[in-house]
Amino acid sequence: MKEIVNFTLNGEAVALETDADRKLLWVLRTDLEKTGTKYGCGEGFCGSCTVLVDGVAVRSCLVDLDYIKGKDVTTIEGLAAGGDLHPLQREFFERGAYHCGYCTPGMIMNAHGLLQANQNPTHDEIVQGMENNLCRCSAYKRIIEAIEAYAGANGGDHE
Amino acid sequence: MSDISRMDRREFVKLLGGGILVCVNLGPMTLFNSTAEPAFQRRGYPEDINAYLHIAEDGQVTLYSGKIEMGQGAMTSLCQMAAEDLGVSLDSMHIVMGDTDTCPWDMGTFGSMTTRMFGPAVRAAAAKARLVLTDLAAERLDVARESLSVASGVVYVTNDRTRNVSYGALARGQAITHDVEEDAVLRAVRDFTVMGESPLRMDGVEKVTGEAKYAGDVRLPGMLYARILRPPAHGATPTRVDTSAAEAMPDVTVVNQDGMVAVLCGDPERAERALGAIGAEFDEPVPTVDTESIFDHLVESAPEPRVSEQEGDLAAGRRSSAQTFEATYHNSYVAHAPMEPHTAVAEIRDGKARVWTSTQTPFGDQGSIARAIGFEAEDVQVLTPYVGGGFGGKSGGGQAEEAARLAQITGRPVQVAWTRAEEFFYDTFRPAATIEVVSGINENGKLNLWDYQVYGAGARGSDVFYDVPNKSVRVYGEWGRGPAGMHPFAVGAWRAPAANSNRFAAEQQMDIMADAAGIDPLEFRLMNTTDDRMLGVLRAIKAASGWETRSGPAGTGRGRGVACGIDAESYVALVADVTVDSNTGEVAVERVVCAQDMGLVVNPDGARMQVEGCIAMGLGYVFSEEIRFEGGKILDKNFGTYELARFSQMPEIETVLVSNDDLPPKGGGEPAIINMGAVVANAICDATGARIYRLPMTPERVLEAMGRS
Repeated sequence: MKEIVNFTLNGEAVALETDADRKLLWVLRTDLEKTGTKYGCGEGFCGSCTVLVDGVAVRSCLVDLDYIKGKDVTTIEGLAAGGDLHPLQREFFERGAYHCGYCTPGMIMNAHGLLQANQNPTHDEIVQGMENNLCRCSAYKRIIEAIEAYAGANGGDHE
Repeated sequence: MSDISRMDRREFVKLLGGGILVCVNLGPMTLFNSTAEPAFQRRGYPEDINAYLHIAEDGQVTLYSGKIEMGQGAMTSLCQMAAEDLGVSLDSMHIVMGDTDTCPWDMGTFGSMTTRMFGPAVRAAAAKARLVLTDLAAERLDVARESLSVASGVVYVTNDRTRNVSYGALARGQAITHDVEEDAVLRAVRDFTVMGESPLRMDGVEKVTGEAKYAGDVRLPGMLYARILRPPAHGATPTRVDTSAAEAMPDVTVVNQDGMVAVLCGDPERAERALGAIGAEFDEPVPTVDTESIFDHLVESAPEPRVSEQEGDLAAGRRSSAQTFEATYHNSYVAHAPMEPHTAVAEIRDGKARVWTSTQTPFGDQGSIARAIGFEAEDVQVLTPYVGGGFGGKSGGGQAEEAARLAQITGRPVQVAWTRAEEFFYDTFRPAATIEVVSGINENGKLNLWDYQVYGAGARGSDVFYDVPNKSVRVYGEWGRGPAGMHPFAVGAWRAPAANSNRFAAEQQMDIMADAAGIDPLEFRLMNTTDDRMLGVLRAIKAASGWETRSGPAGTGRGRGVACGIDAESYVALVADVTVDSNTGEVAVERVVCAQDMGLVVNPDGARMQVEGCIAMGLGYVFSEEIRFEGGKILDKNFGTYELARFSQMPEIETVLVSNDDLPPKGGGEPAIINMGAVVANAICDATGARIYRLPMTPERVLEAMGRS
């Protein structure tokens, strides 16, 4: 049943007339053409579709539109402010924490959510927090290094 | 974009916006010679060239390459090679990849061949372009060519640098093509300013911002999302298909034509629901083979072997050996599982098909799409956006043909994006393999016998680089070319095809012999080869890993292994440290050190990234990756049961690139993965005394080998 669904996307108000039982991933990718958020498995196993809802990392392939009514949604497109890379993006870029790049938006958004919940994570906390995001090219080593570098630059206890 | 087939070169360069186009033909010496490709021959341009560069009127340089970027960093390394020999900075370089209308024909992006095979064509084209531009400058400045030098896209009079002209200025007002026959001298390694450096990758900003476009990100007006009815098992045939409920759904188009049943809709979720509304029954063949029985089946269904190596006399070798050893090794089917499933978008307009697809073989797809829709190849344009991982699994696949057929039938642009379950079902798996080895040594620990038979996997990686007087290597079926019925579903190239299976067997066999001879395993390898490059990486790994000589397994729960091999003309040796939990069978890989001789290194950090990816990805097939199946039914459908390597499994990784600048660049995307099975198995054996003959080495199999199951 169609209804008006209101939420905030990357700081801008959105009002969509649609069915609220649609999955956020597909609404982002089709209606809103935010294609940075990727389909990887459709069942929450891989994390390629990770976005933030009110600052918390979620799997957008599992989230109904109903859940985000009135909430703030941040996708990878919303991270770079005014054309400058977000410092976390910059660490991923400069440390080569990606190969094919397909899982990268999900990795960055998951890390971003992790660091909002815990600004000073230990190495093990980062690993545990990232554990359910998959990278088939297996750039895992540098992804951890990028997150640690960003966390360290923000007061975390990292070299 | 206008149709540029059947266009002469002058028109072509105008289409590119004026400037100078420089083409090279390296002749049949490269694999990229086009003589075998009729589709290409019909195209009127550039039928005889391997590579070309365009210098625009603003001095920007564009390289056109049939190669594609799937994460290996080729976009950047190819531009580094062009920039070096052209004499421009990397930031004036651009590259168009995998567009069949504008790029020279290419066989495909696989086999770690981009740098070692296409690289020479790029460097030659760039060096010749530098000659062309220098000649134009000589004319403009009225001096001899020999008095000029080039730096950062500007040609200077060497003795008076106030007299100069930029590449852009030389290109202005031109619409010319140059075919250069004269040989140009490549820049010497000592003069490199762009090659040998590790610039930030050119695709990086797009990839960390989500701006990078993959095939599934292409949006066309009126595009429909298609879902296609799939059989429950390979070999199953439909006996009843009822589409009436799907047809009754609003905004849903149903196609049932020539064996394809599909539903299409502007909303992908509704297309999914419509697919679920189709009633279908299938006849499924009775399974005759499964995950466990496959290994005997491979031997029973084997074709006549191809003898890839033969020397001495096996029977005499067996008699004259002081000790002989027999072992059989197995590995299961493994999926490519790229994070981006196979995806394509097709549009047919004005008699021309344009297909954006995730592929490693755009020119091969051009032909197969044309056949699928009854077009001439020249009326099909394949465009390859960024590819979200390939690993050998995206050489063809079928989604592009499906999208093109559906676009033709519906008259609308169509996206076909495989679900993860379709990706697992239609993957061309790394073949399961059975490998039988009989080997022998003399009293001094020198190899005397190597009798090696590989079933199902193929030859790559089975070459004997150890010195053995009596040897035979027999290969029963190559991946992708086995006899019908050998494999119950499609198999294909998986990152260093066959080599992962072959090194798993061969390098464990080496350790078994070293242990029996009471010789340190690394020393045993050193004393049994005279190949200089192999000796080089073995000595490098010995130093880098801090290898401690030993004469048998430690059996302390902590262990260290070594393994080595040759792939894509690169030499590689690994050392791994592991800890084994004797209660659970869980193995933690603590550290992996890799020494690799890949000749001249174009981009050292890019090379290291590939090594790291190989090692980390390899941990998946080492410990957990295994396709479970019953006949043609694939039981693994998603990452819940098919487990890739994860963050928590990551070891420390150290990479040593063994310097070898005199050798042209060799492969880098695959070599480091080939030894992962054996290096971990050898380390587990050092830790526990237990040897594991089957991949993946799951905790249950580790416990079983330890006698704890």
